[in-house]
Amino acid sequence: MMSDFATNRLDRREFVSKLLADVPDALVVTGLGSASYDVFAAGDRPGNYYLWGAMGGAAPLALGLALAQPDKSVVCITGDGEQLMGVGSLGSIAAKQPQNLTIVVLDNGHFGETGMQRSHTSLGTDLVAVAKGFGIANAFAIESSERRSEVAQHVLARRGPTFVRVAIEANEPPRALPPRDGTYIKNRFRAALGLAPF
Amino acid sequence: MDHSASTPAWQQDIFKILKAGDVRQIAYVPDAGHSHVIRSAIADPDIKDVVLTTEEEGVAVVSGAWLGGERAVLLMQSSGVGNCVNMFSLLQSAQFPFFTLVTMRGEYADFNPWQGPMGRATQGALELMGITVLRASDPDTVGEVVQAGFDAAFEAGDRVAVLLGQNLIGRKKWERK
Repeated sequence: MMSDFATNRLDRREFVSKLLADVPDALVVTGLGSASYDVFAAGDRPGNYYLWGAMGGAAPLALGLALAQPDKSVVCITGDGEQLMGVGSLGSIAAKQPQNLTIVVLDNGHFGETGMQRSHTSLGTDLVAVAKGFGIANAFAIESSERRSEVAQHVLARRGPTFVRVAIEANEPPRALPPRDGTYIKNRFRAALGLAPF
Repeated sequence: MDHSASTPAWQQDIFKILKAGDVRQIAYVPDAGHSHVIRSAIADPDIKDVVLTTEEEGVAVVSGAWLGGERAVLLMQSSGVGNCVNMFSLLQSAQFPFFTLVTMRGEYADFNPWQGPMGRATQGALELMGITVLRASDPDTVGEVVQAGFDAAFEAGDRVAVLLGQNLIGRKKWERK
């Protein structure tokens, strides 16, 4: 598993922007750090919920959202470090089998926000095997941009939880900072779904 | 299986409040004191029960539910509050309504000293993270206290924990026969 980090790797910004262009109506939850910047750089939209903290919370937040909105596609876009901190949530997702939830882990094998220290996925952890082991049967890795449309198809099909590990280059594209005001993002998101304030 | 004969009335009161309050998701790490609510959630077609590997997931799950327009509550033991501490940042950072029911350990005739440290720190840990704490220790007033906390969370948008005193559960039987 470690060897493929040196070979086929996708550009994170290009992957995220093209995936989101293919799923314009999907609700998107982002894990803190680079994943939030990638999604914002692809174009801000009210159906995006950006996390700036609560590390490990992206996937379980997306689970609660997916269960509440079964007729919408929900996509969680996060990094390897963020997913590792909340790795048990893959078991909680598998237990519920939400048809409309896709977890996309942008895996560069490093903690990008803190100085590019190696993460467990550079040191032997195979997140696809982890997801499958937890019970997410539709779990796979992609290393080429040709398979990007496959991810979009799973998002749109809503036929069972999907876990995708995307091998990305360990680079740091220019910062693109989404709003940090969690209350504003929350209210904007709910308004887009037609939900009233309490 | 019909458990109603053996289920304490205060546990039945709690589920009635959650049901009447249109709760659609119940996320939990189990405890004996939550067993009736968990069983009832699993049996109710309008409520999604979400079993967690660690309590902090539940803080995120119930926030995601609110984003999607559903009311959700988190059930845990006092030990679980410690697992949640950083994830509570999510609640304050985005002003999510939040309601959790916490069964207490380590405070009343607990046989297991390992429950003491977190049990004694539970209320303080919640308050340090900006969560209002209510406590119910009398079986006859559990319903009233839970309803008050529930309304503060979902009518006023507050973050509220109700601690359910260990005396409600009684002494845990350690010897199996």
